[in-house]
Amino acid sequence: MSDAILDVRDVVVEYTTSGEPARAVDHVSFTLDRGEFLGIVGESGCGKSTLLFAIAQLLSPPAQLVSGEVIFKGRNMVGLREGELRSIRWRDYSVVMQSAMNALNPVKTVSAQFDDTMRAHGQTNAAGIRTRSREVMALVGIDAIHLKSYPHQLSGGMRQRVMIAMALLLSPDLVVMDEPTSALDVVAQRSLMVQIKELQRKLGFAVIFVTHDMSLVGHFSDRLAVMYAGKIVEIGPTRPLFAAPQHPYTRGLLDSFPSVYGPKVALKGIPGSPPDLTDLPSGCRFRPRCGSVMARCAEVEPALYPSGDTRARCLLFEETV
Amino acid sequence: MTDLTASAIADHAPLLQTVGLTRHFRIGGLFSNAKLHAVDDLSLTIRPREIVAVVGESGSGKSTIARLLAKVYEPTDGDILFRGRSLHDVKSRRDVLAYRGQVPMVLQDPFASLNPVHTIGYALDRGLALHQPTLTATEREAEAIRALEAVGLSPARQVLAKYPHEMSGGQRQRVGFAQALSYKPKLVLADEPVSMLDVSIRIGVLNLMARLCEEEGISFLYITHDIASARYVAHRIVVMYAGRVAETGPTEEVLRRPVHPYTRLLLSAVPDPKAPITITAADTGEPPRVVNPGPGCRFRQRCPLAIAICATVTPDLTEAVVPGHMAACHVTAPEAGMVA
Repeated sequence: MSDAILDVRDVVVEYTTSGEPARAVDHVSFTLDRGEFLGIVGESGCGKSTLLFAIAQLLSPPAQLVSGEVIFKGRNMVGLREGELRSIRWRDYSVVMQSAMNALNPVKTVSAQFDDTMRAHGQTNAAGIRTRSREVMALVGIDAIHLKSYPHQLSGGMRQRVMIAMALLLSPDLVVMDEPTSALDVVAQRSLMVQIKELQRKLGFAVIFVTHDMSLVGHFSDRLAVMYAGKIVEIGPTRPLFAAPQHPYTRGLLDSFPSVYGPKVALKGIPGSPPDLTDLPSGCRFRPRCGSVMARCAEVEPALYPSGDTRARCLLFEETV
Repeated sequence: MTDLTASAIADHAPLLQTVGLTRHFRIGGLFSNAKLHAVDDLSLTIRPREIVAVVGESGSGKSTIARLLAKVYEPTDGDILFRGRSLHDVKSRRDVLAYRGQVPMVLQDPFASLNPVHTIGYALDRGLALHQPTLTATEREAEAIRALEAVGLSPARQVLAKYPHEMSGGQRQRVGFAQALSYKPKLVLADEPVSMLDVSIRIGVLNLMARLCEEEGISFLYITHDIASARYVAHRIVVMYAGRVAETGPTEEVLRRPVHPYTRLLLSAVPDPKAPITITAADTGEPPRVVNPGPGCRFRQRCPLAIAICATVTPDLTEAVVPGHMAACHVTAPEAGMVA
């Protein structure tokens, strides 16, 4: 892929506490094209947010990037000094966090926070800042009058929109989002997703969207990566992945969402719970919960094998290589 | 106000029934007159062996209903009848404990609802000692073991000795159900029991509810914001909007032929990869805070079908096509406005 904007290579992140380090992200690699929308899904503790923090170079102790490279626009971001990162952040890539109430400064108006961001990146023309602030507010569909509002005066949905507006201030090429809709009600959630997708189409930035709710990104992402216990277990184009999931975990996840459409069917979900990252089972990590488990699963750690339209980390697909 | 019980199936006497149940909260300072209308004029019927889902967004009043039924809040107006007896008469500590044993609550957060310094066995034993005071210690233990096994936690004897931190979220939520179950309840109030759990574990807990209803004959009030999970387990559904019932009826019927514009909006917003995208970004999905509301439909500001009468007359629940399927809307259920 020549058009890759981001190339994540063999990233390993560990949390070092007393005792065994917990490897939250274990040799994760993928690439992201310009203007592509990648969804990363998985349950709590699968390492999806840690991966996102590693990409954005926001890890702080006890989390530590042990090895791997994050190549963004041709430049390895791992090991860059804070000053260098600061000039890239917001300008080339921006981050939208889960809880806007914690990410926004409660004692400053929206416009003051926009102003800070722009000035930190060398935009000092007050009139220019004002115009741009109005522009991004219009983009996310909030009346410019709210530039004078404090975060607590906005509703949950509006705060998330302000966060997205702020992320778009300097027209970045990549916007990284960590469950930006999880605190919202369904209607607000769907409306925000539609808006993110429209903005992405219009402005052409790439998106990495992390969520625990696989069904949420079904309509919006181009590609989907499913994580389990620190590893990508399946990755591929969204539509085929939903239509014909390959990995037993992906199948189980999809079998965990009741639908409001079609005939009512009994669902099984997945038995058991995700493993402790400091005490992983040998071989395949999903083995103890898997319905298709074989003897070899305990011995061999599977790689990502192509299967159908996706690639899946499961020995069932080994022979197709 | 139409009485919902009129449409109740005659051979099923209601287990619990609310009549014009209303709860307001005073908000603001000492001299403030502002009242938040959390629940207004709710008439709800739960029959034996029935799972009733209350669906709504945050602020719709759904958790207030659970707390009213659990006697955590006293109603501002209206009444709750449990097996024909008014809860206004359930006053003494003994009566309240007995009632809560028959109508226990399962809470949303399994990480906060168990005391971390006590074992599961202690938690179950203590609840039983309160709600089933006639049992001996051995009987209590036997009952705790039965309840743990009924919710699929085995070997139960080992679970009794465990501390909450030794169990996963799904297991802890099962302990919550075991606790409720051990009191031999008639109705369990489950307030968002799966929303804190991982998706792969949720279905197991929903299946547990369905099984307990079927095998033990327990009714459930299932409070949720997730309409798809409501469809999965509930026999009947109540869609709340801003403290009022927007639509209610047999689950499949309501979801297949939604009458109220709000139910339609809610259905169109459910994340479902199999569904078509129908929603526009125009509706940003902000339910109102209902402080000192006047008359009129509370959904009208967001409603694509609103007409003049919606601003002046509060729509009553009226029967739609099928008996028991009711909606409160002037436009889609036109007779409603005339009755007022």
